[in-house]
Formats: sequence, structure tokens, C-alpha cells
Amino acid sequence: MTGPDAVADPRLDARIPTGPVAQKWERRRDEARLVSPTNRRRYRILVVGSGLAGASAAASLGELGYGVDVFTYHDSPRRAHSIAAQGGINAAKDYRNDGDSVARLFADTVKGGDFRSREANVYRLAQLSVRIIDQCVAQGVPFAREYGGTLANRSFGGTQVSRTFYARGQTGQQLLLGAYQALLRQAALGSVDVHPRTEMLDLVVEAGRARGIVTRDLGDGRLRVWTGDAVVLATGGYGNVYHLSTNARNSNATAIWRAHRRGALFANPCFTQIHPTCIPVAGAHQSKLTLMSESLRNDGRIWVPARPGDRRPPDQVPEGDRDYYLERAYPAFGNLVPRDVASRAAKRVCDEGRGVGPGGLGVYLDFRDSVERLGVETIRERYGNLFDMYRRITDEDPYRLPMRIYPAIHYTMGGLWVDYDLMSDLRGLFVLGEANFSEHGANRLGASALMQGLADGYFVLPITIGDFLARHAPESLAPDHPACAEARTDVEARLDRLRSGRGSRTVDSFHRELGRLMWDYCGMSRSAAGLRAALERIPALREEFWRDVRVAPGERINESLARAGRVADFMELAELMCVDALHREESCGGHFRVEHQSEDGEALRDDEGFSYVAAWEWRGPGEAPVLHREPLQFDRVKPARRSYR
Amino acid sequence: MIRLVLHVWRQAGPSEPGRFERYEATEVEPDMSFLEMLDVVNERLVLEGRDPIAFESDCREGICGSCGFMVDGVAHGPGRGAAICQVHMRQFRDGEDLRIEPWRARAFPVLKDLVVDRSALDRIVAGGGYVSVPTGSAPEANTLPVPKPQAELALDAAICIGCGACVAACPNASASLFAGAKVAHLGRLPQGQPERHARARGIVGAMDAEGFGHCTFIGECSAACPKSIPIEVISFMQRDFIRASWSRREWRPGIAGGPWFRGGSGPVGDPGSSEGDER
Repeated sequence: MTGPDAVADPRLDARIPTGPVAQKWERRRDEARLVSPTNRRRYRILVVGSGLAGASAAASLGELGYGVDVFTYHDSPRRAHSIAAQGGINAAKDYRNDGDSVARLFADTVKGGDFRSREANVYRLAQLSVRIIDQCVAQGVPFAREYGGTLANRSFGGTQVSRTFYARGQTGQQLLLGAYQALLRQAALGSVDVHPRTEMLDLVVEAGRARGIVTRDLGDGRLRVWTGDAVVLATGGYGNVYHLSTNARNSNATAIWRAHRRGALFANPCFTQIHPTCIPVAGAHQSKLTLMSESLRNDGRIWVPARPGDRRPPDQVPEGDRDYYLERAYPAFGNLVPRDVASRAAKRVCDEGRGVGPGGLGVYLDFRDSVERLGVETIRERYGNLFDMYRRITDEDPYRLPMRIYPAIHYTMGGLWVDYDLMSDLRGLFVLGEANFSEHGANRLGASALMQGLADGYFVLPITIGDFLARHAPESLAPDHPACAEARTDVEARLDRLRSGRGSRTVDSFHRELGRLMWDYCGMSRSAAGLRAALERIPALREEFWRDVRVAPGERINESLARAGRVADFMELAELMCVDALHREESCGGHFRVEHQSEDGEALRDDEGFSYVAAWEWRGPGEAPVLHREPLQFDRVKPARRSYR
Repeated sequence: MIRLVLHVWRQAGPSEPGRFERYEATEVEPDMSFLEMLDVVNERLVLEGRDPIAFESDCREGICGSCGFMVDGVAHGPGRGAAICQVHMRQFRDGEDLRIEPWRARAFPVLKDLVVDRSALDRIVAGGGYVSVPTGSAPEANTLPVPKPQAELALDAAICIGCGACVAACPNASASLFAGAKVAHLGRLPQGQPERHARARGIVGAMDAEGFGHCTFIGECSAACPKSIPIEVISFMQRDFIRASWSRREWRPGIAGGPWFRGGSGPVGDPGSSEGDER
């Protein structure tokens, strides 16, 4: 597969309700069909993933009275990667009286996404943000407070208001524990069954409808088929395609990739987010990268030496020899420009030879001025755990010396295509949170991922899945149905092939090579020549993988086998990402094509040619995928060139 | 670069006998994390056709709670207030011998090598570690003010990552620090008051049913905790439990050892999984 096949006629129906954007969700809710309380227990819903989206969905569906099964490959639902989110969650509460509103959160998110997201979904997200905070506070999430006892806020990138709610640097942990506790309450009541150490390896599809999943027990290796009335994928993003990312070690794309291979369209796969503030790579052994929360940019100032090759220690570089390049180039937003802008600016100054630290791949994030202004205690209270984490990893003291940071892969905006109801083009397959594509366009604003995961799970899905189920009588496929048997046989065959790997290279060595390739050619900046090179090298690497990989024997807790399957899927997905990046002849958000930039190096969008969602259809291994286009309409916010200057 | 000799507990399954095996870790760089050092050892074992050492990890930044084992008898190894994924090799000397073994507790059966079954901790939370507030029924978030110091104290307990180090460090294998952290987190907030007594009873009951030992205030738990959760949370729980025992409020629907934990991880604590109840 080298490029898109003949462009298929679009006609992806997102089923967006008619009427003004501000009334669409209300309208959808009012018109949705309902399942009566007594009938709900006759429906069985399979929820894959137990992060913010999965846990909140499963808990809410259990409360409604549906029969719910939750699957997670972790040993406990509480370990999902949402737990690692640091900075905060946005909501249009306007507690600060600084001019915030639902319309403004909506507009900031659409603009932040560089006008590549679906307006109706974003507006709904902004509306629901308010209720998320209410729900979480009631669950006992200990958000930061003012002395008067009301909720505190801070600022995040891409906005000029303070609308981010937080719990020190571990907001994701506290929100996830809230959802996890709600989930376990349902488990205790018997309405939800939790299946830990259980990984989804395939989707059962019958007549265009998702009817079940095939799982492997990571404990003893046993395969099982589960069937139900609907399948919900809340399995997170695919940033680990790049091997080194801020994602957890086990985060993977297998669930959504297997669903894609069974017919679900994959939307905007090249839209990946590179986070500007991560701890730089230290060595070849590195297994993952650590994020330093964006919230640090509230009080930290980013700079590099003004002259290339200036190797003086940071505290000996006088003020006049420092270049606070974000404050200089973007006076309106300063250090709080969106992530894509901040990341590219860091790359630019490092490319100019002004980077700091080993290899010149780093910039300073300096707290000297804030410590002087606010005192060390205030800084410790705000960021103490992040400073500790930084010191532990680098052995340097950020209270004394500036942090060194560099961009790293953090989040994927792309994902399975879903309609307004969060249902994929496969009926009965719902996709939530980072696993879908819908709200963040080409770039996600900070503190919006937690918001989306919880909006999808607590408030959107319970309504929209009810509408779907109400149109179908409760009826699960028999486990011996040919569709189940086929999916199970496919999984067995693939596992057998992986198990037989007796080559000379480990799974990780392939993963590392794939990641390097993707970072170089499909990372912070992309070119047609580079993407074409990647599209030649990835199939070759994949071929070598199947020929020369070495997988450890045994079924019982065999991480090598589990990882081999995930890396094999990453290799196919990587190719689709490059195809998508090559086809999108524009720069927008996290997708920066060197051919499309302004004189001052800013991204140049092409609204005439590319104001659409690119949804790709799988046509078989080695076959060119088929492109389907969902045109984007902007009625409320008019697309303009993003400016943070 | 340094060289280490590792003595690692190897055990093929919950009912198999275990033993220590010796491995050499050469070319260990000071910037490596402890788990990255084990990754390198495992890569070599796989290429030699041997079974790699099974251990759990995910976020590798000390928040998910997946990782954890004993290094020379210390939970999460050297380095206070850190999970083993946050321990870097610069803390070790060239030529050192290290003994690596899993959490040891009756309530945490060994599944393989350094991996134990910690699902008992989930069942403790299911025993009452929540506020019963169905989605959609919450009042406006600022309706109930929470004094800042109170919110901070609640968060000091809520930061528990559920790794199980407290149980492994305790000579009685008690889960009181873990359980107390949940009781204190919710009990210190106004939102947690309506169910405060039921929660203490439910959580303590679940803890006993899982076979954890009792607390005798030795304090090893707090010293081993990667989040340094203070031992006061245990007194908080005990006080609530005693008050709850006097109160005449109803028990809530019971939990511990309930039917919810299905699928799971093989023969241990997993009654539902041996029958193929495929649907």
C-alpha cells in the first residue's frame, strides 16, 4: 500500500441533529428512544477499557440497570493510563468571573483543534463540562480549593481564562479513582462484572453489526468469546506507535485496530500530539518518556541561550543573553501557547543549535522569577510532586536550576470514526475517549482529554446507546455462531504464528526501530519525501518482524507474546498514519508538513482542499486503504488562521 | 557503568514451588531505572530461549501502582517515597548483590515470579470505598464548600496508588494503610459523611474476609509507602469503625467475596473462570 486508492464517495452520515449548535444535544436527548427500566437488564453491553471513559460509562450503564461486562488488561481497573494525567480538567463554570462561558470553551477548543473537529460534538462537550465537575465533586474527588472553600482554577495553554480544575499534579488519578469507585459500587451490587487481566484481541461482527469480542486471559492464556447487544471500546490512544511516548508501557492500539480490520473506519490517523514539556531522552535503554505537566507553563518561563553554541550553565547566562522565545514571538499568549505551537518552536530553536543539555535536544523551563515573586513555598504547593519527579529522574534540583524539557509524543487525536452518537460505522460499536477521533481536531488543548473521556462515559453514551438498543430486541449471538467461531479461529492462528517466532530479534528491538522511523518521518514535522521513505521501510520492517522475531515460550503471564501482538498491529497502523499524513497536503495543528508553512514558519491550512475528516477503510493486508470524507461545516466559529501572537 | 548480581524469585505458577535464580546484569547505566535494568536482562533471556522474569509495570512514573516487589527485603527497594519504577540505578554500587522477590502475603497469592494477585484490594474498595452518587444526581459543585486544609488532608490520603507495598512491608500482612487511606479520604470530605459509618464497617469487613492480618501499629507500611501516606489514616479508620459498631444504622448490601470478580487471572480467587460461560 503506497497511497490512497480512488477516493471513495464520502457520504459518511454523522447523524448530527438539525438546528442551532447550542440546541443540538438537547434535541438529541429529547428525541432519543428509551429502554424501559425493566427491560434494561435484558441487554448486555461489553465495555472494553476501564479508564476515564470506560469506567464512567460502565458505572453509569450499570446504574441504569443494563447488564455490563468490563474488560481490562490491567490487574485492576484502577491502573488504566488515565491515572497518569497530571494537569487538570476544563469546565466552563466561569467561577473566576473572567468572561468564560460554554460558547468560549467551545470556540477555544475548535480553534485549538485548528478547525478540524466536528462543531456539534465540541459544543456538546463544552455544555457537559459543567456537569462533570458537579459529578466528580459529589463523588469525593478532592479538587484544589480556595481558602473560602470554593473550587480553585488555573490556566492552561490556548486559553485566556482560568477554567482548569485540578488536584495537585494528579488530577487524572483522582478523577479515575472517582469513576473506579463508582464502577466497583456497581460491581458490588452485581450489575457490572469486571474482568481484569483480560485483553481484547478481536471483534465479532455479524451482518455489519458488532456482536461480541474475543479475549485472551493474560494470566493463563485462555481465549474466550463474549457476546452482547453492543460493544463499547474505550481503549485509549495509539501514541506508543512511536515506542517512546508519555503513554504507559502497555497502552496499545490492538482493540481499535482489530475493529478497524473488521470494518470500522479509522479517522485522521496522522493527527498526533507532541507535548512540549517532557523530560528529554537520557539513553538507548529508555523505555518511556515522562511528562512535566503543562500547568508548569503558568509559572515557568521557557528560554534558550540567544547565541548558538552557548554552553554556559543556565545560572551563568545573564538576562540579556537569554531568548524567551515564546514570550518574544507570541506576546498575547506567551508561554501558554497551544502544545503544537510550543513544540514546534522548541524544535526550531534546537535546530538552530541553541538547544541545551546532552545532544542539544532541550530547552529551559525556568522558575527563578516565580520563586522570587511567589516564594518557594507557593511553588512547592503548586508543583511539588512534579519537581520531585523531575529530580528523581534527572538528579537535578529544579528549585535551583531550570528544568530541561523537550517535546514528546503524548496523545493521538485520530481514532475510530464515530457519528454524533459515538457509534462507529459498524452498528452497535461505540467508541469513547481517546480511542475515537471526534472532539480535538488536529490538536488537543490541555485539560481537555479528561473532560472528553468523562463527558463520553457519564453523559453521552448512556443516552445514545439507549437509543440504539431501543431499536433492537435484546439478543446475543450464540457462542457457537459462525461469526464467533471465525473470529476465534483468526485469533488462534495469529497467536500461533507469533508463538512460532524463533528468530534473532526481540519484540522490543522491532518496536524501537518502528518508533524511531515514525518519529523521524511522521513526527513533529513531515515531508512528502520522508513519508514516502517511511512507506517503503515500514512494510520491509514488518516483513522482517514476522520472519525474525523471537517470542518467549509459554502461555502463563507471557509479556513477550502479548507485546508481540501489539507491536505487529502498530506496524500496520504506522503505515496508515503515513498514508494519511502524505495525503493531507496542508499543515494543521499537530500535523506539520514542511511544504505548507508561512514565511515565519507557522502552519498553513488549506480549508478549500482539506476541511474534512479523513476516514480510512481497511481493504486487507498490503492493500491501499480507501478514503472516505466527512466534510466539516463551521456555522458558529468561522475558520480563521490561528494566531496566538 | 556498573555490574550487578541479581537473585530473583522464580515461580512458574501459584501452586508451583519457587526458588531464587542468579542472573548477572552487566552494562547497567546510572540513568537507567530499575525496571529498565530488568528489561535489559529479560531481552537477553528471551534471545537465549529462556523464560523472562515476569514482573508488572505500566506507567513507569509512580502513579499507576502496577509495579512493586522486594529488593533486599525492602518494598520498592531503596529510595523513600518512590515506587520501584522510580528508583534509578545510580543508587547502587558496582558489584552489588540484590535479592528480588514478590510481595509476600496470604491475601496476595503469587501468580508467576514477581507477579502477585492483588484483587483483594479491589474487593476492599468494593466493600464501601465510594460515595453512592448515581451519575446525574450531583448538586452544583460549589454548593458545599470544603475548607482548603480539609481538602488537602483528604488528598493526602487519596493519593494512594494501590500497589500493595504496605501489605508486603507489614509483619502482619495487614492492609490497614490501604483501607485507612480510603476511609480517611472520603471521611474527611463533607461528601463522604452520609455513608461514613457504613463505609468503615464495609471496608473493615472486606479486609478481614480477604485474609489480611490485623494492625499492631508497627509503622512499616507508612515507611514503605511510595506516596508516604501517614499512619494516622489507620487511627481514622479504627475510630470510624468503633463509632460505626455502636451506631444502629443498617448495613448496606454486602460485598466481600461477591460474585463480581469473574474472568480474572486463573485459578486464584476466581470461581467463575473455570467454566466456559461464553455468551
